[in-house]
Amino acid sequence: MADNPQAQARPARPLSPHLTIYHWAPTMLVSITHRVTGVGLSVGMLVLAWWLVAISNGPDGYQGFYNLVGSPIGLLAMFGFTWALAFHTLNGIRHLAFDLGYGFKKETARLSALLVIGLSLLVAAAIFALVWTGHAGYLG
Amino acid sequence: MKNMQTPLHKVKGMGSSHSGTGHFWHERVSSVALIPLTLWFGYAVLGLVNASEVTAISFLAHPVNAILMAAFVIITLYHIKLGMQVIIDDYVHAAGAKIALLLLVRFAVIATGAACLFALLRIASL
Repeated sequence: MADNPQAQARPARPLSPHLTIYHWAPTMLVSITHRVTGVGLSVGMLVLAWWLVAISNGPDGYQGFYNLVGSPIGLLAMFGFTWALAFHTLNGIRHLAFDLGYGFKKETARLSALLVIGLSLLVAAAIFALVWTGHAGYLG
Repeated sequence: MKNMQTPLHKVKGMGSSHSGTGHFWHERVSSVALIPLTLWFGYAVLGLVNASEVTAISFLAHPVNAILMAAFVIITLYHIKLGMQVIIDDYVHAAGAKIALLLLVRFAVIATGAACLFALLRIASL
C-alpha cells in the first residue's frame, strides 16, 4: 500500500470553507445548537446519575451534592442544563415536525428556529423565576 | 459469480451498511417517548428543589415515580448513545479513534444506567 501510485498523485486541494464563509442564519444556529446541547445534556445525565447515587448513599452524600449544586457555579450549571433541556426538547419537536414533512418552507423554518430560541430562554427563565420566588419544591 | 449472500441477507437487502434505517428510526422513537418523560422529569426535579432527603427518598421510592425515573434514565441513555454515535461518525475519521470512542460511549452509557437503576433500587429499599 505504501507505493500506491494514486497516493502521491493527490495535490493539496482547497477545502470547502463550509463553516466560515456562510452568513449565519437562525436555522444554522439552531441546528448546531441542537448538537451542542445534546452533548451538554449527556454531561447533565452524569449529574442526574450522581444525584440518584447521592440520595441512595444517605444524608452525608446528599448534603454534599446539594451544597455543590447550590454554589454559584453549581447554579450556573443548573441554569445551563435547564435551558439546554428546554432547547433540545423544543427543537426536537421541531425536527419531528420536519420528519413528518411539515415546516420546510424557508420562512417557516426560519420562524420556527427563532421561536425555539425565544421559547427555550423563556422556559428556562420561568423555571428559575419559580425557584427564586419559592414556588419550587412543592413535593416537600 | 456465485452469490455468497444467505437468502436472509438478500431479503434484508442491507448490503455492507449492516443496518438500514434502524438507527434513524430508533432515534425518533426514543425522542417521542422522551417528550412526556421530560415533562414529568421537569415536574419532579422542580418539585424536589431544596427538598429534604426524606422527601426526595419518599418521592423516588414510590413505584410510579421509580418506574418513570427508570424509564427516563434508560431511554435518555439510549438516545445519548444514538446521538453521540452520529457525532462521532461525522467528525472522527481515523478508524482506531472512532472505534475507541464508540466503545467508550457504549460502556459509559451502560455504566451510568446500571448506577442509576441500582441507586433507584437502593432508594426504594431505604
